[in-house]
Amino acid sequence: MIRQTAGPFFAVLIAALTLAAPGARAAVDIQKVETPGGLTAWLVENHDIPFTALEIRFRGGAALDSPEKAGATNLMSALIEEGSGDMDARALARARDSLAASFSYDTSSDAVRVSARFLTENRDAAIDLLRQSLVDPQFDPEAIERVRAQVMSQLRSAANDPRRMARKAFNAEVFGDHPYAIPTNGTLETVPDLSRQDIVKAHAGALARDRVHIGAVGDISADRLAALLDDLLGDLPENGAPLPPKATPEFDGDTQVIEYQTPQSVAVFGQKGVTLDDPDFFAAYILNHILGGGSFESRLMQELREKRGLTYGISTYLADRDQATLWMGSVASSNETMAQAADMIREEWARISRDSVTQQELEDAKTYLTGAYPLRFDGNSPIANIIVGMQMQGLPIDYVETRNDRVRAVTREDVNRVARERLDPDALSFVIVGQPAGIGAASN
Amino acid sequence: MMRALATLMGLTLFAPAAMAANDQVTDFTLDNGMDVVVIEDHRAPVAVHMVWYRAGAADEPPGDSGVAHYLEHLMFKGTDTLDPGEFSATVARHGGNDNAFTSQDYTGYYQRIAADRLDMMMRMEADRMMNLRLAGTDIVTERNVIIEERNQRVENDPGALFREQKRAAQYLNHPYGIPIIGWRAEIETLGREQVLDFYRTFYAPNNAILVVAGDVTPDEVRTMAEKHYGALPANTDLSPRSRPQEPPQRAERRLVMRDARVGTPYVSRSYLAPERDSGAQQKAAALTLLAKILGGGQTSVLAEKLQFDASVAIHTAAYYSGRSLDETTFNMVVVPAEGVSLQQAEEALDTALAEFMREGVDARELERIKLQARAGQIYERDDVQRLARRYGGALTQGLTVEDVQAWPGIIQSVTADDIMAAARDVLDKRRAVTGWLDKEEVTQ
Repeated sequence: MIRQTAGPFFAVLIAALTLAAPGARAAVDIQKVETPGGLTAWLVENHDIPFTALEIRFRGGAALDSPEKAGATNLMSALIEEGSGDMDARALARARDSLAASFSYDTSSDAVRVSARFLTENRDAAIDLLRQSLVDPQFDPEAIERVRAQVMSQLRSAANDPRRMARKAFNAEVFGDHPYAIPTNGTLETVPDLSRQDIVKAHAGALARDRVHIGAVGDISADRLAALLDDLLGDLPENGAPLPPKATPEFDGDTQVIEYQTPQSVAVFGQKGVTLDDPDFFAAYILNHILGGGSFESRLMQELREKRGLTYGISTYLADRDQATLWMGSVASSNETMAQAADMIREEWARISRDSVTQQELEDAKTYLTGAYPLRFDGNSPIANIIVGMQMQGLPIDYVETRNDRVRAVTREDVNRVARERLDPDALSFVIVGQPAGIGAASN
Repeated sequence: MMRALATLMGLTLFAPAAMAANDQVTDFTLDNGMDVVVIEDHRAPVAVHMVWYRAGAADEPPGDSGVAHYLEHLMFKGTDTLDPGEFSATVARHGGNDNAFTSQDYTGYYQRIAADRLDMMMRMEADRMMNLRLAGTDIVTERNVIIEERNQRVENDPGALFREQKRAAQYLNHPYGIPIIGWRAEIETLGREQVLDFYRTFYAPNNAILVVAGDVTPDEVRTMAEKHYGALPANTDLSPRSRPQEPPQRAERRLVMRDARVGTPYVSRSYLAPERDSGAQQKAAALTLLAKILGGGQTSVLAEKLQFDASVAIHTAAYYSGRSLDETTFNMVVVPAEGVSLQQAEEALDTALAEFMREGVDARELERIKLQARAGQIYERDDVQRLARRYGGALTQGLTVEDVQAWPGIIQSVTADDIMAAARDVLDKRRAVTGWLDKEEVTQ
C-alpha cells in the first residue's frame, strides 16, 4: 500500500491524487448529452488524443442476485467477452484486437460496469462490436463451463486469503439477509448450480436502459456520442429487474475471530456510515481523513505505524453504497500485536469522538482534500470514471465546481459534533482472521 | 463480414502518433552529472516530480538484504532541516501526494502536486539527497513496519513465498535471487550504519535521474533543477555498477512447495533470459512478442491449446519484461483444471511448447499484436505518470532516452523468424526452474 517496493510488487496508488490549495479548480467542462433514443450521458470533449474513453454503469449488479443464484450476474458479465452473434470467444477477441480497442466488463455489488476505449479512426467498427457483445451474447455452454471453472478457482483462492475471508465474514455478519451479505461472485455452493437460463435471466435483469449511466471523455462530439449511444444501447430492454431493498447493517461492537494459521492477522472493522446526501457528509469526510483517511498524517497511521510500528498500513473510509452506508477500515498486524492494534483503533475512535480535532488538523485536512481533488482529473479514462460515478451517486452536473467550497464550508464545530454524534466506539465491530494472541475465538 | 471489415480498418492505423509521443520528451544533463527528463502534458495543472537512484536491492552488500528498501522508508524520517514525517506532511499540506518504491535496479521517490509547487518539491528532494538524519528510535520502529510489510506481502501469501523460493533457485550467483524486501533474518539485523553506508555510496546527483512530467516546460524545469540539484556535489568515488553475474546454467531445477493456505495449485516456469541493452534491444523485442504470442490472452498459443482445444487449464499466461539491468526471466504459468494434476499440467505445457516450436508464429496474430502496440502509443499519452516511470526505469537499467524512443520501432521490425530464433534460444530447460505450488494435503 504505502512505501511499496516495485518490481514484483506493483504500486497501488490510493485514490486521490493532488493539487495545491487556494483557488485550484478542476478544469473540466461536462456537457449533458440527451440522445434521440432517450438516453442521458455526460461528456467531456477533449481532442488532444485521438481516442475516447467510455464508461457505462448499469445500476444493480450482484445485489440483483437472489441468495440461491448468488454469482449469476458476475458469471454473466464475465461471459460477455466469450462470444456473441456468430463469433466465439476467440473470434471476438481477434476482432477487438484488430481494432486495437479494449473492452472490459465486471460486476460489483451495485453495478455492472462496462469500460471501453477505442480509437477515433475505427470508432464505428469498435462500437458495432461492443454493441453485439452487450445485446447478443452467445452464452455458449462450453464457454459457461470454462468461465465457471475460473470463477470457482477464484472462490477457492478467496477462501484461503485472510483479507477476503475477513471481508466476507464481515459482510455476512452485518448484512444478515440482504444480498450485500453474499460475495459478488457467489459462493462455492451456488456457482456450480447456475444454469444457462439463470445467466440469460441475469443478463435481461441487469443490462437495461432504465438503470444505465454513461460517461464519455475524449475525441468525440456531443452529436456523434448521441448517435453512437443509441446504436450501442438502443436494443437493450427498457426495464430490468427490481433493485434490492435498503439494507440495515447491524453493528454489535463484537470482535469475531476466524482462526486461520498464518503469521499476520488481518482485521476488517466498521460501524454505521454517513450518506453522501446527508448534510453532515463533508464534516464526516474531513473527520475520516483526520482519523484514518489513508495519508501518513492520519491519527491511526501516526499511532499504529509511525509511533509503534504495529502495521504497514491502516486506513478507514466512508463506504456509501447504493443500499447501505458504512464507516469501514482495515489493518494487518502480526498475531502477537493484533490485540494491541485493535485496542489502539478503539481508543483512537473514542478519543476523537470525545476530545475533538484541532484547528490545525482541520486546516491541514481541508488544504489536502481541496488540493487533491482537481488532480484526479488527469486523463480521459480517470475523468470518464469520475463523471459516471457522479451520476451513480446522484450528484449534480456542476458538483465538480462546488465540491471544494463544500469542503471549505465545514467548521470545527461541525466536525466535532459529527465525531460525537456519529462515531460509536461501542458499536465498532471487528472481524479478525488469523491467530491473534490474547483475543478469544468468540470474544465480545 | 464484420471481422473482415474490422481487420481492414485496423490495418490503416496511425503513423503520426508515435512521433507525437516522442515530441513530449526533452532530456539534458546537469553539470554535476544528474540526468533530467521532462515530459510535457498540459491538459491539467499537475506535475509528477520523481528522483530515481541507480541503486536497488541488487546493489546491496552481501548479508544486508533489504537495506535499499529500508533506506527508502527512512528517507521520510527527516534531515537537518526537516523533522521526521515533515516531508510528507508538507506535501500533503500543499495538496500533494508522495511515495517511493524500490526494485532490484533502482530506488525512486515521487510527489504528485500542483505544477506551481514544483520548486518546493525540488528543494526538499535535493535536501534529503544529502542531509538525511536518522534518530535511533525511528529506525527501530520503522524496521518493525518493514517486518509487517514483509508479513503482509510475503509471509501471509504462499504464492509470494513460492515466488521467492523460485527466484532464489533461478539465480545461481546474481543477487536477483535475493528478495527486494530482504530475507527476514537479515532485515532484523539491519541498523543505522548499514543504512548510512548505502546512502553515502549511492545517493548523489551523478547517480540520480530527475523526471518531471506534466504541466511544465523544459526551460522552467532546467532553471529549477540547476538551482536545487545543480548545487549538490557529485560523488567522485562512485564505481561503475557491476554485480556478480550468472555462470552458465547447466542443470534444470525443479521445486515443489506445499502450503495449507494454497487455494489454487499451479505450475510455473521461468527461464533465464536476456534483457534490453542499450543499442541492442532486438532480442528483447522478440521475447516481448513471444510472450504475447504464447500467453498474452484468449487468442494466445497456450490459451488455445490448454484452455480451448483441451480443457486442461483454467488459466495460462506467459510474461516477459526486458526492463532489467542484468539477465531477466521469461515466465509461464498454468493453473490446471479440476481433476488435472500438476504433473499432467506440466506435461501439457511442454507438449504445447513443442507443438509451437514446430508450428511457428501465426502471421495474422503477430500483425494484430503489432497493431495493438502501435495503438498503445496513442493510449499511453493519456497517462503521463506511466511514461515518467518508463523513462526513469529505463535510465536506471542501462538504457538511454534514445533506446526508449527506438523501442516501438524495434517492436514493429521483429519478424516471425526472429521470434522463433529467440524461442529456440531461451526456452531451454537447462536454464529454467519449474515449480509446483500445491496444497499441503495433496500428494502427487
